[in-house]
Amino acid sequence: MKIFRYLPGVATLSLDINACVGCGICAQVCPHQVLEILEKKAGIVDMDGCMECGACANNCPVEAITVKPGVGCASYIIQTWIKGKEAASCGPSCC
Amino acid sequence: MSSDNDTKHALCGEIQKDLSEYKKCGNLKPFAVNTPKAADCCNLSVKLSSDTGAACCGPPEGPKSDTNERPGYRICGFVERFENTVAGNVPIVSAKPGIKDHVGAFLVRVGIGRNNYKVAPGLYGVGNPGNDSPILVTANYKLTFDTLRKELGGIDAWLLVLDTRGINVWCAAGKGTFSTEELVNRVKDTELEKIVSHRELIVPQLGATGVAGYRVKKASGFKVVWGPIQARDIRFFLENGKKASEPMRHVTFTMGERLVLIPVELSELIKPTCWALVLAFVISGIGSNVFSFLAAWSRGMLMILAYAAGILGGAVAVPAFLPWLPGKAFSIKGIWTGVVTGIVMLLLFHGQVSVLEAFSLMLISVAVSSFFAMNFTGATPFTSPSGVEKEMRKAIPIQASVLLVAMAIWIGAGFIV
Repeated sequence: MKIFRYLPGVATLSLDINACVGCGICAQVCPHQVLEILEKKAGIVDMDGCMECGACANNCPVEAITVKPGVGCASYIIQTWIKGKEAASCGPSCC
Repeated sequence: MSSDNDTKHALCGEIQKDLSEYKKCGNLKPFAVNTPKAADCCNLSVKLSSDTGAACCGPPEGPKSDTNERPGYRICGFVERFENTVAGNVPIVSAKPGIKDHVGAFLVRVGIGRNNYKVAPGLYGVGNPGNDSPILVTANYKLTFDTLRKELGGIDAWLLVLDTRGINVWCAAGKGTFSTEELVNRVKDTELEKIVSHRELIVPQLGATGVAGYRVKKASGFKVVWGPIQARDIRFFLENGKKASEPMRHVTFTMGERLVLIPVELSELIKPTCWALVLAFVISGIGSNVFSFLAAWSRGMLMILAYAAGILGGAVAVPAFLPWLPGKAFSIKGIWTGVVTGIVMLLLFHGQVSVLEAFSLMLISVAVSSFFAMNFTGATPFTSPSGVEKEMRKAIPIQASVLLVAMAIWIGAGFIV
């Protein structure tokens, strides 16, 4: 997916390298190869490829990864502005 | 009946309440539909034939009811047979989608019935599944379910369908319905530990947003093995010692994957289009005669066509040409397509509009295209919420201002004519 790049420098992904046990699950579940195992520890190798889906953080057994997960969907975000986070839904266009 | 029984009997529908319930299944017609006719016919024939003792009229009767049928339930068309297991009967589904599955898939692709296209959650099988067969976890969106089963010809497997409210795996994982809790509960409800001797669940990789493998293991004893993203790679995955190749773990967004989304994008625009129509006719009628219905009609049509050019740019051209359009922000990509469709529109209007009007129509096309291009972010598999929010905070005020300026110019031009 290197041909599709969205806005750089916005992803909220962060990795606590000291907590990481190097199990490699994050690298396996990431749909955009943002994480890789380098020298027995995970590393963020493509920060701007992150779409903040939250798969890595959800599956990290030691909670070494944090990300503010969500859906990158304009109509959903508009709804969160109007109706608030609870009532918002994506509508038919995305999820 | 308990919900356990529902899934064990594997029946398409829920308890028979009214006809609308049957639509959930979408395969067979409700029982009730044929009965009145048949009864009338037979009553009539009883009278007619009472003298002669002849048989009932009409075509010969159909086959007997399937022994798996239950009052108030209906067996789905995709169920081939039932497998008797220690944990009850499990429906074995066909790996070949039928004509109704294709029609259903087409309809949801154009946005019809898309929010209620689902199968009953629970355990299914394909082929001749046994206690060592793999368990494939999936969502209860029927398009997802059908996409998976059509890849399973000649494979013996169990299909554990989670209740994702008829939403695909990735979106449901994001929404929290394709979740650790749902998976663990479903494993327990279906008594999988009695049906299989192994302790492994194959979960599609994109489900990882909602399912935490280590938590599933802790709560159910089943280990999660992350399967490929695409159902079409499941055969390779199973034959390759349950390992996906690198490309099978990468999300793609090919031309085909983008084009198939366009009809749904367009179906979503019906409501805003109604408002646009009203607005266009109202502001087009305003002029030196206060309000002219003739102008509302003739100039309103031009404005609607400018809006249509914007939609063509934002909701059709942007998805189609996404990787080649300059700019990272979708609102920028939409400007280019809106300019192109706007120019084509003005060429068609040549001689019918003033320079001022042409300028206004061009602005409408570009602003509308930019907005609907941005709306497409939700359908792509690579835009981050932080990015979309950042883009929108900048783009929406500009798009709205351009549209207001365009409308002001349009109204002003109405007084000049």
